[in-house]
Amino acid sequence: MNDMTPTREERSAALEGMGCKRKRVEDIRFTQGKGNYVDDVKLPGMLHGDFVRSPHAHARVKSIDDSEALKVPGVLAVITAETLKTVNLAWMPTLAGDVQMVLADGKVLFQNQEVAFVVATDRYAADDGINKVKVEYEALAPLIDPFKSMDADAPVLREDLAGKTSGAHGPRKHHNHIFEWTVGDKDLTNAAFSKAEVTIKEMISYHRTHPSPLETCQCVCSFDKIKGELTIWGTFQAPHVIRTVVSLIAKLPEQKIHVISPDIGGGFGNKVGAYPGYICAAVASIVTGKPVKWVEDRIENLTATSFARDYHMTTEIAATKDGKVTGLRVHVLADHGAFDACADPSKWPAGFFNIVTGSYDFPVAHLAVDGVYTNKAPGGVAYRCSFRVTEAAYCIERAMDILAQKLGMDPAELRLKNFIKPEQFPYHSALGWEYDSGNYGTAMRKAMEKVKYAELRKEQAAMRAAFKRGETREIMGIGVSFFTEIVGAGPSKNCDILGIAMFDSCEIRMHPTGAGIARVGSKSQGQGHETTWAQIIATEIGIPADNIMVEEGNTDTAPYGLGTYGSRSTPVAGAAIAMAARKIKAKAQMIAAYKLEVHEDDLEFDIDGFRVKGLPEKFMSMKDICWAAYNSVPPGMEPGLEAVSYYDPPNMTYPFGAYICVMTIDVDTGVYKVKRFYALDDCGTRINPMIIEGQVHGGLTEAFAIAMGQEIRYDAEGNVVTGSFMDFFMPTAVETPHWETDFTVTPSPHHPIGAKGVGESPNVGGVPAFSNAVNDAFSFLGSTHIQMPHDYWRNWAAAKNLGVLAA
Amino acid sequence: MIPGPFSYHRPTTVADAVKLLSTLGDDARPLAGGHSLVPMMKLRLATPEHLIDLHDIAGLKGVTRDGNNVLIGAMTTQHELLASEVIAKSIPVLHEAALLIADPQVRYRGTVGGNVANGDPGNDMPALMLTLGAAYRLEGPNGVRKVAAADYYQGAYFTAIEAGEILTSISIPVPAAGHGHAYEKLKRKVGDYATAAAAVVLTMSGGKVETCAIGLTNLSETPLLADAAAKAVIGTSLDAASLKKAAAAAQAIMAPAADARGPVEYRKHVGGIMVMRALQRAAAKAA
Repeated sequence: MNDMTPTREERSAALEGMGCKRKRVEDIRFTQGKGNYVDDVKLPGMLHGDFVRSPHAHARVKSIDDSEALKVPGVLAVITAETLKTVNLAWMPTLAGDVQMVLADGKVLFQNQEVAFVVATDRYAADDGINKVKVEYEALAPLIDPFKSMDADAPVLREDLAGKTSGAHGPRKHHNHIFEWTVGDKDLTNAAFSKAEVTIKEMISYHRTHPSPLETCQCVCSFDKIKGELTIWGTFQAPHVIRTVVSLIAKLPEQKIHVISPDIGGGFGNKVGAYPGYICAAVASIVTGKPVKWVEDRIENLTATSFARDYHMTTEIAATKDGKVTGLRVHVLADHGAFDACADPSKWPAGFFNIVTGSYDFPVAHLAVDGVYTNKAPGGVAYRCSFRVTEAAYCIERAMDILAQKLGMDPAELRLKNFIKPEQFPYHSALGWEYDSGNYGTAMRKAMEKVKYAELRKEQAAMRAAFKRGETREIMGIGVSFFTEIVGAGPSKNCDILGIAMFDSCEIRMHPTGAGIARVGSKSQGQGHETTWAQIIATEIGIPADNIMVEEGNTDTAPYGLGTYGSRSTPVAGAAIAMAARKIKAKAQMIAAYKLEVHEDDLEFDIDGFRVKGLPEKFMSMKDICWAAYNSVPPGMEPGLEAVSYYDPPNMTYPFGAYICVMTIDVDTGVYKVKRFYALDDCGTRINPMIIEGQVHGGLTEAFAIAMGQEIRYDAEGNVVTGSFMDFFMPTAVETPHWETDFTVTPSPHHPIGAKGVGESPNVGGVPAFSNAVNDAFSFLGSTHIQMPHDYWRNWAAAKNLGVLAA
Repeated sequence: MIPGPFSYHRPTTVADAVKLLSTLGDDARPLAGGHSLVPMMKLRLATPEHLIDLHDIAGLKGVTRDGNNVLIGAMTTQHELLASEVIAKSIPVLHEAALLIADPQVRYRGTVGGNVANGDPGNDMPALMLTLGAAYRLEGPNGVRKVAAADYYQGAYFTAIEAGEILTSISIPVPAAGHGHAYEKLKRKVGDYATAAAAVVLTMSGGKVETCAIGLTNLSETPLLADAAAKAVIGTSLDAASLKKAAAAAQAIMAPAADARGPVEYRKHVGGIMVMRALQRAAAKAA
C-alpha cells in the first residue's frame, strides 16, 4: 500500500453516511429561489378557481345567484353543491369516517366554509366573480363552546346525521356527539383512586391552533379528455393516499390518476387531509377540459383548511404521600368542529392519545374521549406531532407538575421517582402500548446537570423572596418537561388509512457507474429526505451519498407509500430504505464472490466494498460491483442491481427527551423573557446531527409560538378573530429564544438502523416546558394551573387574579 | 386577498396629482408606501378605482432644517428618516420611534407622510407628531394650508384632509436643546401595532420637570395628546406619586378597543405603564 491509499476513516468519511453532518443537498435549489412548488406549475390555458365563503358560522343557505358573476369578463363557471350533486361529489368522505360538505349543501357550519367555486381565466377575474355571487343566508344560532355542545337545547348542527345513533366509532349520545373512545381498566383505576393517599384533578385545555406552513394548500388539476387521465400537482404530504382517495370518490381508474407532490413549503400536518379545493379544481378541470389551479390565501388557510388541538382534558392523578403515582384518569372533550375530518389512522378517533401515561410507570389508567361538533372549521390534524401525542404529553406533563406542587416535591424529583426504569423495557403501558426502549433517568439527570438545576432553583428562591419584599416586579419560572413520543405509524396490526396498512416503501436502482436512484414512498416538506435517505444508503452499501439521487412525490414512479407526517418517515420509510439497501448488498455480495472467486461466506463487508476474510488485498469495491452487475453476473443470476422493500414495522418507536425552560415574567405587563431553553433529545440512532438540530430548532420555535400565544380563537358569534398573521402569533427571529440542544442515544431495538424519528419531538416536549415555566413562575403566589396560551395579557390577567398588581 | 380592478396613475408634480385626485373624486386614492392601503385593497375593504402613485413627484422627499423647524417631505421613507443626520441631532425621538416600526423591509418602503396621513390609529408617527407640536402642509385644489397635527385626527381613518388634498410635508418645531425623550411601545412581536405606546418629550430644570408633552398610540380611535397627564408631572421630580397621577390622567382619556392584544382593561393598564416608563426614561436622558 502506498501513501495515497485512503485510510479506513477517510473511506468512511467519503461516503457521508449516517452520523455525518452532511449539508442539505436540496438547499442548493431552495436558497437560490429555484425550488419548484405547486404555484410554479403553469400550464397552457390554465384556469384559476377560488371560493365564495360563508361570512356566517351557522346559517341556512336560502339561494345562490351567480348570474352577475357570470357576466364578469373572464369568469367561465360557478360551481355549487347543486353542480357537484350531478357527479355525486357534493359531500366527500373524511379520513375519520365522517362525511364533509365539499360546497355548502343547504347550510353552512363554520365561518369561511366553501359555498361556491368560481372558475375564471385568471385569479383576479375569479375574485371579481366571487364578489358578484349573491348568496342569501338565514343566520342560525351558532354553537361555539364545546362544553355546551351536548346541552339538551344545543342547536342541531349536522342535519344530515338526523336519526343516526351511531357513527364510525360507535354510539352517539347526542345530536352533536361524534364518538366516545375509552381505553384502560375503569374499575381498577377507580379502585386506585378510592384508596389513594393523594389525588389531583385539573381541567387542562390545549387550545385550538393551526400548523400554518408558509406555503398554503394548493393544487393544479389537469384532466386529459382524450386519454381519460387526471394529473394533479398538489401540496400533498401523502400523494399515494390522495391518488387512491380520488380514484375511489371520483370513480376514475387508479392507473389513470397521476399525483405529483413537487417541492413543498412546510406541511406540519396541514397537508395530510383532502380539502374541498382539490375536489372542486378536479371537477372544474373535468368540466372545462382545461387545467385548473387553486391556491389558498393565508386567511383561507388559517380559517378553513384544518386546525390542530382543541382538547379539553380533565386530568386526575392518584399517588402515595411520598410521590409514587398509582393511577391516572383522563376525560377529554375534543372539539372537532363542523365535520370530523381528523387525520388519524382510521381506527384511532383520538389518535394515539393513550400515550397519556407518558414516561411514568402508572400501574392503572383509564381514558375516555368524547368528540363533539361545533360551528368551527374541521380538521384536528397532527401539527408537528404524532396523532394527538402533543396533547397527551402536555396533559401528563402539566399534571405531574400539579401533583409535585401538591406534594411539595420538586417536579424533576417527582419525575425521576416515577420513570419507567431501563430494565422494564419493552414496557407495556396501562393504556395498551409497548414502549420499545428508553433510559429516562439518565437523560433527565444529564439535563439537570447541564442547566445546573439546583442552582436555578436557588436563584428562583432568591428572586421570589425579593419579589415578596417588593424589590422586583419580575418572577422566575423553571419549566421541566420529560416527554415520550410514539411515532412511526405504523404496524399493520394497529394502523391503516381507509383500509391501507401504514407500511412504507423504497426502491433502489443502482447504475453501472456506481451511482443510483432511490425512490421512496415518503414525501419531504422540508425535512431534508434527499439528504438523509442517501446517507442511510451510503452507509448500508458503501456508495457515497452524493452518488445517490433521492426522488419522492410522483405516484407514477415512487413505490406506494403512506407519506410523511407523525414522524413516521425515519421509523417506517427509513427502515424500508435500509432493508432495500440490504437486498442490494446481498446481491452485490454474490457478484463479488463470483468475481473474486470465493464463496460468499468468505467475504466481509468493509465500508465501501467486500473483502475476502484473511486476504485483505482481495477486495472489490461497490462501485466495481455495480459495473459487474451489468456485464458479468454469476451464471443463472439476472443482471442489474435493483431492490424494492415494503416495510411493515413490528412496533412504533418511542423517542423521548428532557427539556428545561427558564423564564422571567414582568407581572405588571405580562411580558415574558425566555432566559434559557435546554433540549435533550433521544431519537435513537442519529442519521444527520445537523438536520436533527435544525428539526429541533424548528419544532421548539413552533412550541414556543403555541404555548406563548398562537391560537385560532372564535368570538361568541363564531367569527375567527385570529385569521391573519397580524393576530395569529408567528414569531420572527427577534422573538425566538436561543436554543441549547443536546442528546443521548438509545437505539430502537426493532428498527433496522435503530432510528426513532425526531421531527416532532420538540413540538411535543416544548409546549409543556414553556407552559410549566409560566405555571412554575406563578405557583408561589398560590396558582395551580393557568391555561395556555400564555401571551402578555393573559400573564397580566393571571397576576391580577392572584392579587399582585398595585391597585 | 386579491384586489379589485383599478387604474394606476403616476404624476410627476403635486399639481398634477392634485388635479387627478380632484377630477377623479372619491374613487381615487394617493399611494405612498402602500402598507395600509394595499392590504386593505387585497381584502377589498378599500376598492379605489384609481391609484395616484406619488413616487415620481420630485421634491416630496428629504429632511431639511429650516430655522427652528425641521421639514420632512411626505415621501421620505422611514429608512431615510433613520439615515438623516438632521433628525439624529434635532429630534432623536423620531429615530427611536421609527426603529420600532415594523422591520427593515417595511421601513425601506413605508413613508413618514403615509404613516401620518391616513389616520390609522395603530401607526406610531401620529402620536409623535402630536407630542412634538408638528403641522402638516396640505396641498389641494384650493391652494395650500397648514393644519396642526393636533387638529388633524378626527376618528379612525377620518382626518381633516379634504377631497383632492395631499399631505406634502411635515413641519416640526425643534425641541429645546437638552430635552429628554422616549417612546415606549409594547407590542407582541416585530411588525405588530402597539398594544399601547407612549411618547414623551420633556425638559428638566433643577431636577424637576419644566415642560412636558405626552402622546399616546393605539389607545383610542385617534392618537392622543395626554395634556392632563403632562401637567400632572410639571414641577415634580417624577416621584412615584406623580408618575401614578400622570398614568391615571392618561388612562382617563384612553379608549382602546378589545382585540387579540388584550381586553380594554389590560390595554389601559399597560398604557399607564408605558406613560410612566417613558417619563422616567425621558427624564434620565434630559440634560
